[in-house]
Amino acid sequence: MTDLALAIAQADFPLPMPGATLYHYLLVSALMFAIGVIGFVSRRNLIIMFLCTELMFQAAGIALIAFSRFHLNHTGEAFVIFVLTVAAAEAALALALVVLLFRRKETLDASSWAELKG
Amino acid sequence: MIDLLGNLFTLATHAVPPAAHGAAPDAAAAIPSALTLPVVFLPLLSCVLIGLCAAFRVKTKLPAWITVACIGAAFVCTLLLYTNTHGAEKPGVLTAWEWLAFKPRGWPAFVANFAFYIDSLTLLWMLFVTGLATLIALYASEYMAGDVGPGYCRFYAAFSLFVFSMACLVMGDNLVLLYLGWEGVGLCSYLLIGYFYKKDSAVAAAKKAFVMNRIGDLGLALGIWLTYVQFGTVRYAELWPLIEPYTRLALGGHLDQVPFLVQLIPVLFTVGAFGKSAQIPLYVWLPDAMEGPTPVSALIHAATMVTAGVYLVARFLPLYFASEWALPIVAWIGTLTALLAATIGMAQFDIKRIMAYSTVSQLGYMFAGLGVTALASHEGAAGGVFHVFTHAFFKATLFLCCGAVMHGFAGQLDLRKLSGVMWMKGWGIVGVAMLIGCLNLAGFAFTAGFFSKDIILAEAFTNPRTSAIGWILLITAGLTAYYTFRVFFRVFVGPKYYEPGDELHGHGGDDHGHDHGHGHGAGDHGHGHGAGGFHPHAPGWAINLVLAVLAIASLAAAIAYPVHWVQDLAHNASTYMVLGEAAHGGHGADAGHGHAAAHGTFLGMDPHKVMYYVSSIVGLAGIAIAAYLHLLGRTTAAKSRADGLLPYLGPIPKWAQNKWYVDELYGFLVYWPLKAVAHISYLLDKLLIDGLLVNGAGWLPKAGGRSLRPTQSGVLHDYALKMAAGVGVILVIAAAAMARSAANGGTP
Repeated sequence: MTDLALAIAQADFPLPMPGATLYHYLLVSALMFAIGVIGFVSRRNLIIMFLCTELMFQAAGIALIAFSRFHLNHTGEAFVIFVLTVAAAEAALALALVVLLFRRKETLDASSWAELKG
Repeated sequence: MIDLLGNLFTLATHAVPPAAHGAAPDAAAAIPSALTLPVVFLPLLSCVLIGLCAAFRVKTKLPAWITVACIGAAFVCTLLLYTNTHGAEKPGVLTAWEWLAFKPRGWPAFVANFAFYIDSLTLLWMLFVTGLATLIALYASEYMAGDVGPGYCRFYAAFSLFVFSMACLVMGDNLVLLYLGWEGVGLCSYLLIGYFYKKDSAVAAAKKAFVMNRIGDLGLALGIWLTYVQFGTVRYAELWPLIEPYTRLALGGHLDQVPFLVQLIPVLFTVGAFGKSAQIPLYVWLPDAMEGPTPVSALIHAATMVTAGVYLVARFLPLYFASEWALPIVAWIGTLTALLAATIGMAQFDIKRIMAYSTVSQLGYMFAGLGVTALASHEGAAGGVFHVFTHAFFKATLFLCCGAVMHGFAGQLDLRKLSGVMWMKGWGIVGVAMLIGCLNLAGFAFTAGFFSKDIILAEAFTNPRTSAIGWILLITAGLTAYYTFRVFFRVFVGPKYYEPGDELHGHGGDDHGHDHGHGHGAGDHGHGHGAGGFHPHAPGWAINLVLAVLAIASLAAAIAYPVHWVQDLAHNASTYMVLGEAAHGGHGADAGHGHAAAHGTFLGMDPHKVMYYVSSIVGLAGIAIAAYLHLLGRTTAAKSRADGLLPYLGPIPKWAQNKWYVDELYGFLVYWPLKAVAHISYLLDKLLIDGLLVNGAGWLPKAGGRSLRPTQSGVLHDYALKMAAGVGVILVIAAAAMARSAANGGTP
C-alpha cells in the first residue's frame, strides 16, 4: 500500500455515529439478512421475493463495509461498490424476467412455475 | 546364385567342440556353405516367388515349375553335400546368422543361431525330404491342374514353405530352430489340409490337426525349456558332451543316479513326437488330414512331416537311454498304435483312409523300432530310421496311386465302387506302381519294406523283455499285408467296374467353384453316379513319370539294406558316437542291458536268422487271405467273400469301421466336459457378471436417482427453504465447534 493510501486509511475520520461499534453494524446486517430470508421463503410474489434478495444483498454489503472500516482496509468498501453495480444490472435483468413470466401466466405467484419437478 | 547367397550371409563354419571321448570328431568338419544354404533357402525363395505369382495373378502352371526347379535344385545340393562331406562323417555346424542371444540374470547365456547342423542323420532325412518333395511337386502339377490360378499358387506356396520348415526342423543346430521348423510344418500342414476351405469337413480336419498338434507341441516346448534349465544350452553340439555322462551312467546300470529332470526331458520330447507323428493318444488327426489334396497326404502326412517325431527321438536317443521311462513308452505306445491303426485300417472302405491308418500304423512301427533296437542292443536307431526311409518311398507311391485313382474317377475312393482299374486303358503304370508299393508295405520278401520291418522284428525278439512287442508287431505285419492287398485286389484287379465319385458336382472347389478332379474340359462331365457318359481320366505324363520313378525308387531302396547304407548313416549320426562306446564299456555291467546280456530267441531260434522266413510267411499269409477273400470268386465290385464272414464276427467289423469309437470317446472325455464347462461359464457370465456386476452397477445410480427425485419439487420456495435449512445446519455445526474450542481454551 502506498504511503498516501495508508495515510488516508489511518486518518482520524470523525465517526458518523459515536458510540456505535462493529457489533451494532453486524447486528443490523444479520437482522436485515434474516428479514430477507424469511421474506423470500414466506412470500409468493415474485417482485417481493426479488426485493428480499436485494435486502440480503445489502445486509452482506453492510457487514462488508463494517468489517472494512473496522480493519481500516478499503477492499471491502470497493467490493461493495462492485456488488451494488452488479445488483443494479441484475435488478434490471430480473425485473425483465419477471415481466416475461407475468406475460406467460398472468400471475406473479412463484409456485405457478414448477415444471422442473424431478 | 549360390555365390550370391554365400555373399548375402555372414558365414562361419564352426567345428563341433571336441567331446571328452575319443570317438568324437576331433577335426573341424568344413561344411560347404554354398551347398548347405540353398538346401534351406531355395524352398523359401520358391515360396516368395510363388507369392509374387499370386500377386501378379499368374494363371499358368508356373508355380509348379518354380517349385520343382527350386526344390529339385535343393535336392541336388543335398546330394552334392552328401558326396562332398563323405556322408558327413565329420559333423559340423554352419552358422548363417546370429538369431537369438541373450543372457537372463542368474542364468546361462541363451544362444540359438540360425545355424545348421550337418551330420549323417540330417543328410539322410534331407535326401528323402527334398527328393520326394521334388517328385510330388511334379505330380501335383498335373493333379492340381483344375485349380490353376490362385488355388495353384496357394498350394505351391504352402508346399514350398513346408519344405523350408522341414529343412529348418531337420537341419537346425539347436532345439529352438527345430521348434521353428516344427511349428512351421504344422502351419503348412494346417494350410494344406484346409486347402478346400469351402468344404466343412476339410476345415474341421485342419482345425483338428492343429489342435492335436498343439497338445504335443506343448510337451516339446516344455522339453526344450527344461533342456535349457538343465543343461544351460539348446545347441546340439554343446548338448552331446553334457548328455553323455548321464548316458554312460544309465548304460552302466546306475540309472537311479540320473537326475529326475534329465529323465523327464525325453518324456516331454516324446509327447511332442507323438503329436506330430500321430501316435496314441494323439493319432486321431492324421486320418482326418486326408481331406487335403492327395499330394499333400503323400508328402506331408505320410512321407516326411509325420516322421519328424521319429527324427526327434532318433536325434536325442542318448538322452532317451538316460531316462527310465522314455524308451519303454516309445516302444509300447508305438507297438499299440501299430496294432490299433492296423485293425481300424482293415475295416475301412475309403482307400485313402486305409492308407492313412496304415501310415499311423507304420509310424507306430518306427517308434517301436526305435524303442526295441535301443532297448535290445543299444545300437541306436537303425531299425526305426531305416523304416522311415523305406516307408517314405513306398507310402508316397501308395498315396500317389490312390490320388491318381481319385483324380481319374472324379474323387471316387470307395473300394466297393471300383474294380479292375489296372486293366483299364492307360492305368498300367499306376497299377504296377501300386503293386510295388503294396508289396513293400506288406513286407513281401526282398522288398525294402520287408528288410526294414525285419530289422525291427528281429531286434524285438532279440531281447526277452521286448518279445511281447515282437509278437504284437508280427501280428500287425500280418494284418498290414491283409489290408494292403485288400485294397489292391478290390480296386486294381478283378472284374472291370467303376462308379465315378461325386466331385463332378463340384464340391470343395477352390476359388472358382469347380473341383480339382476335372481340369480337362467340361464337355464330358455332365452326369453323376452310374451315368453312362463318364470316362475315367487316365493319368498324364507327369503322374505316370513320378509313379514310375517312385516305384523304382521304393524297389531300389531295398539295396540299402545289404550295403548297410541307411543303417550306417543312422549309426554314424554324431549323436550316437557315445552310444557305441558306452554300450561296449557297459558290457555285463547290468544283466538287463547290453547285448551281451541274455539273448532272446524266437521260439528257440536266433531271431536275426529266422525272422526273414517268419515275416515273409506272415506277410504271404496276409496276402493269401486277402486274395481268398477279395480276389478269388469276386464277380462284382461291391461284394466279396469277406462279406460271408460278417455274421461270424458279430459287431467287431462295425466297431473297427467306426474306429473303435475313439473319436466318440474323446468327445465324451474332452469335448462334452469342455462344452459343459463352457455352458456353465456362459451362465455365470450371463447371471453373475452381466446380471449382478454390470447391470447392478448400472442399476445403483438409477435407483439412487429415483429415490432422490422427490426432493426436486420444482417449487422455488421449497428450494429456498432447504437451502436456508442447510445454511442453518452449517451455522449450528460451526457454532458448536466454536463453542467447544472456546471451552478447550481457545485453540480450535
